[in-house]
Amino acid sequence: MADLNVTFAGVPFKTPVVVASGTFGFGREYGEIFDLSRLGGICVKGLTLRPRLGNPPPRIAETPMGILNSVGLQNPGVDRFIEEELPYLKTLGTNIIANISGETVEEYAEMAEKLSDAGVDLIEVNISCPNVKAGGAAFGTSCDAAASVTRAVKRAARVPVMVKLTPNVTDIAEIARAVEDAGADAVSLINTLLGMRIDINTRRPVLKNNTGGLSGPAVFPVAVRMVWQVRRAVKIPICGMGGISTGEDAVEMMLAGADIVAVGTALFRDPFAAIRVTEGIVRYLDEHQIENVTEITGKVLLN
Amino acid sequence: MPVLTLAAVRDVRQLSASVWKMTLYSPELARPAKPGQFVHIKCGEGNFLRRPISVCNAQGDTLTLVFERKGAGTRYLSERRAGEKLDILGPLGNGFELRKGRYLLVGGGIGVPPLLYAAKSAESADAVLGFRTKDAVILEDEFRAACGEVTVATDDGSYGTYGTIAAPLREMLASGGYAGVLACGPRAMLRAVAEICAEHSVPCQVSMEERMGCGVGACLVCACKTREGGARAMRRVCKDGPVFWAEEVCW
Repeated sequence: MADLNVTFAGVPFKTPVVVASGTFGFGREYGEIFDLSRLGGICVKGLTLRPRLGNPPPRIAETPMGILNSVGLQNPGVDRFIEEELPYLKTLGTNIIANISGETVEEYAEMAEKLSDAGVDLIEVNISCPNVKAGGAAFGTSCDAAASVTRAVKRAARVPVMVKLTPNVTDIAEIARAVEDAGADAVSLINTLLGMRIDINTRRPVLKNNTGGLSGPAVFPVAVRMVWQVRRAVKIPICGMGGISTGEDAVEMMLAGADIVAVGTALFRDPFAAIRVTEGIVRYLDEHQIENVTEITGKVLLN
Repeated sequence: MPVLTLAAVRDVRQLSASVWKMTLYSPELARPAKPGQFVHIKCGEGNFLRRPISVCNAQGDTLTLVFERKGAGTRYLSERRAGEKLDILGPLGNGFELRKGRYLLVGGGIGVPPLLYAAKSAESADAVLGFRTKDAVILEDEFRAACGEVTVATDDGSYGTYGTIAAPLREMLASGGYAGVLACGPRAMLRAVAEICAEHSVPCQVSMEERMGCGVGACLVCACKTREGGARAMRRVCKDGPVFWAEEVCW
């Protein structure tokens, strides 16, 4: 069987398949359904310095092959996460990636410090949440703001730092270059695309928050294109995500330039999606007699 | 522990203009299912999300679901035929907490079916069932078989008691002797039931509805605002609910 081991930003991953932040809680629920040690890693639900209740419901709308969500970073706050959730997560035998959002640069740095001390494997800096008023994507849509958050987190963190990019920009490669120059160890992309649905009978948006983030198979080609653009712009490794639901999708994302991939929304349709993606990657590698999964990253042959 | 399984469709039949009843053979789902729980069903290739459907009844290896045909997903379910298989995740959620004693079940519209399994599981039960109109009345015979006293009310008075469930509920609670009220239906009805139960100091459990994603408590889209002690919280309808204590819900 092909070797799935990948060293990503200095961290060993036993498979290149992780689960995406916001789709997997803190692992407990899916832990009742399958063995989480089969995952390369878990990106936990987005954390903020203080607890957040999130946005009012409805927070989800179905779209052609996807969903819009407007959860709004509901979470118990970084301290309670460290106290109540991280000890459990550390027993699972998989990498734990803490996803952090701040309203200010200082908040990001404070969380990075706390989480480094608590012993997460990697920090994912969310500068791309479309569903919050303060912070969120505001940091991810300008090179200067993205770089200043990255610099502050890098100064505070003692574990590798991955910056999660928003697709809601004119040139994602430019943002990727800015965070690489600011010291990011890796980037992850894409976060959700800002979208909207309207109930034509009530004339009201389906989401209480009016707009939300689009994810699922519908966004997959956009994500592949952006990973490919970022691959050409930076040297740091990429965690590719956006609509991956099969092993073939994951291989495609890796050919575009991803070193590892995240599976998210697909879990809502198939709770075993991340495992099936992993099995699909192995099948592809074996069929093509490729020994190590790292051999396919960025190997798209352009026309 | 929820399971992902292929369940065999035994029978699908129409109960009213918009409501269908589906019977499935599935020991994995039927045996552990508790009243108030739901299952999460994949509805073909064209509908991305699974559809959460409450358990109407579970006896032996047979699971009964009653659902309203509202959109493409439930249309897909209504068009299944005996012998086909459905990809189902379940049983899911926190069901009704049943203790000893007599329960009063209060259902409105498509909120009526999940109470049938509660009626069969309780030591004894009475029911107040509200519908818009005579043609929308479903499962009356089943409730009469499973309950002591059953009152049917219609909003337009075309069948049973005229008006909402509020008046019959007050009357029955006044007669006393209930261990609790179990309610499922539209939010406005649940709120009214909660208020009436509070007036009568009868513990009330409500089954809430919200648009869902994962169904297992991981994605946090199906939020219900609650208060616990003095603190407000967003609880998960799919995992902490769908059944909540009425006094915890922020209406």
